[in-house]
Amino acid sequence: MTTHLMELNYQQNWLAILEAPFMRNALIGGTVVALAAGLVGYFIVVRRTAFAAHALSHIGLPGATGAVLLNLPPILGFGVFSVGGALVIGALGTRVADRDVSTGTILAFATGLGLFFNSLATKSSSTMTNVLFGNLLAISSDQLLTFAALLLALALSVGAIYRPMLYTSVNAPVAEAKGVPVRVLSIVFMVLLALAVTMAVQAVGSLLLFALMITPAATAILLTARPAVAMAISAAISVFSVWFGLAASAMFNVPPSFLIVTVACVVWLAVWLVGRRGRHTVTVPGGATDGVVAPAAPTATTLTPAG
Amino acid sequence: MSRSEATDGAAALSFANVSAVRGGRLIWSEASFEVPAGGIVAVIGANGAGKTTLLHMILGLLPAASGELRVFGRRPGEDNDGIGFVPQHYAASAGEAIRAVDMVMLGLTGRRWAFGRATPTQRRHVAETLAAVDAGEFANRRLASLSGGQRQRIAIAEALVSKPRMVILDEPLAALDLRSQREVVTLLARLHRELAVTILVVAHDMNPLLPLLDSAIYLLDGHPHYATMTDVVDDALLTHLYGTPIQVAHTPQGEMYMRSAL
Repeated sequence: MTTHLMELNYQQNWLAILEAPFMRNALIGGTVVALAAGLVGYFIVVRRTAFAAHALSHIGLPGATGAVLLNLPPILGFGVFSVGGALVIGALGTRVADRDVSTGTILAFATGLGLFFNSLATKSSSTMTNVLFGNLLAISSDQLLTFAALLLALALSVGAIYRPMLYTSVNAPVAEAKGVPVRVLSIVFMVLLALAVTMAVQAVGSLLLFALMITPAATAILLTARPAVAMAISAAISVFSVWFGLAASAMFNVPPSFLIVTVACVVWLAVWLVGRRGRHTVTVPGGATDGVVAPAAPTATTLTPAG
Repeated sequence: MSRSEATDGAAALSFANVSAVRGGRLIWSEASFEVPAGGIVAVIGANGAGKTTLLHMILGLLPAASGELRVFGRRPGEDNDGIGFVPQHYAASAGEAIRAVDMVMLGLTGRRWAFGRATPTQRRHVAETLAAVDAGEFANRRLASLSGGQRQRIAIAEALVSKPRMVILDEPLAALDLRSQREVVTLLARLHRELAVTILVVAHDMNPLLPLLDSAIYLLDGHPHYATMTDVVDDALLTHLYGTPIQVAHTPQGEMYMRSAL
């Protein structure tokens, strides 16, 4: 499907390419996926469930390659496995240390299973590559509808549980003491995460997912400490990465996944560098050589006088 | 008892032969006492005696295995806005992602479903609570950028913002330097005076709090008891409680403090 993009280097006709139907689908689909990623990304960072997000994107792999064996759409299999994994991880409980080990174990087993299913089928090797690295250019119009419905469901759910979810994410002990159903919300969040992952995998694949879902949210948190604003910025960075990545892929004939991820990472690096310099030069008290006296240590704790 | 009559006449806490079981293990049993409303009450006991279990039961997070507990005459957990809670490790992980003022706002609105902006009344109420704990000037900063003492003020503001009748603090002075300890103690004394809330405070080191405390729940040999401070500050009782020799010393200025008797 990408064959007509296979020419080399800068392509004069990239505007025409962007107007092709497959590219229009990719732009719309990518935007939907980016918005979904922005919606859950903030919570992933604050709840420290980045590893779970990473795991869910791998747990879906055997679902996708298994679905090919059964002549079902790979994305359906991916979604079912991912949501199933989310329920298990969510139910495992709140002790992060325990969860990391069990999550990692499930992750490894699932990836192995995905490989096994893939070896059983004769022509599913493209499924494997698509799941691992994404293929935004292959989104069909039917899939767009599914994605739009998923995004709507995700947005409504997050809207409905926004405050209790935020409360359990930033201050679980007090939220629990106030009667917020912490455990139920943890499972609900994992399921929403699984849906977002299922969509995002289509765009950038499970191996590059982190950069589309989590990096923009981490960037947004560097820029603002207002949760709702951070979510908006995070979604904006994701959307920008997808658009810029797709346009550049039309220009230079490079896989969009790579470019989307590159844009998101460059934005993060730029914000991180600027923020780091800003904090050092402004707050070191009486420091003769800013930035040299206070190295990479967390600035907030070293620079605020205790008391 | 005049204060307890002022709040519907119900005791702040009323234990009737309560026992606590966690993970199939009996933590403590035969708790039968009443804590009048309006006091500053210490919760003391050795490590593993079941202080946290006691707090969880009062908060309604753990049901009584037997017997009956009433909080201001109601079942634990029935009136969640009626209790403010200051946990031991306050916002340890998420402090970078949120401003202090947002956290206090969540103390007011965090239980409400559905999206929606805070009302001007809610915002004014949050600002007033922040001012009451002298946290107004750093309320717009990230939690992670605050000092331990400043963060503890925010935690107390978050606990107070729903206008509770009782505030429970779990080790509020741990990990604070002496000056911050002093500030938190002064703040607690002032809030108690001005707001007439019942304060329950878990503390290993009671010394900084001794001038404030008027009674204590102590967990001795697997049974919680309640007594006034004059009865609790007793060499023999404290020595038995902590399993190490403890002496109560009196200074010429009329102050007292506890110390390990070596």
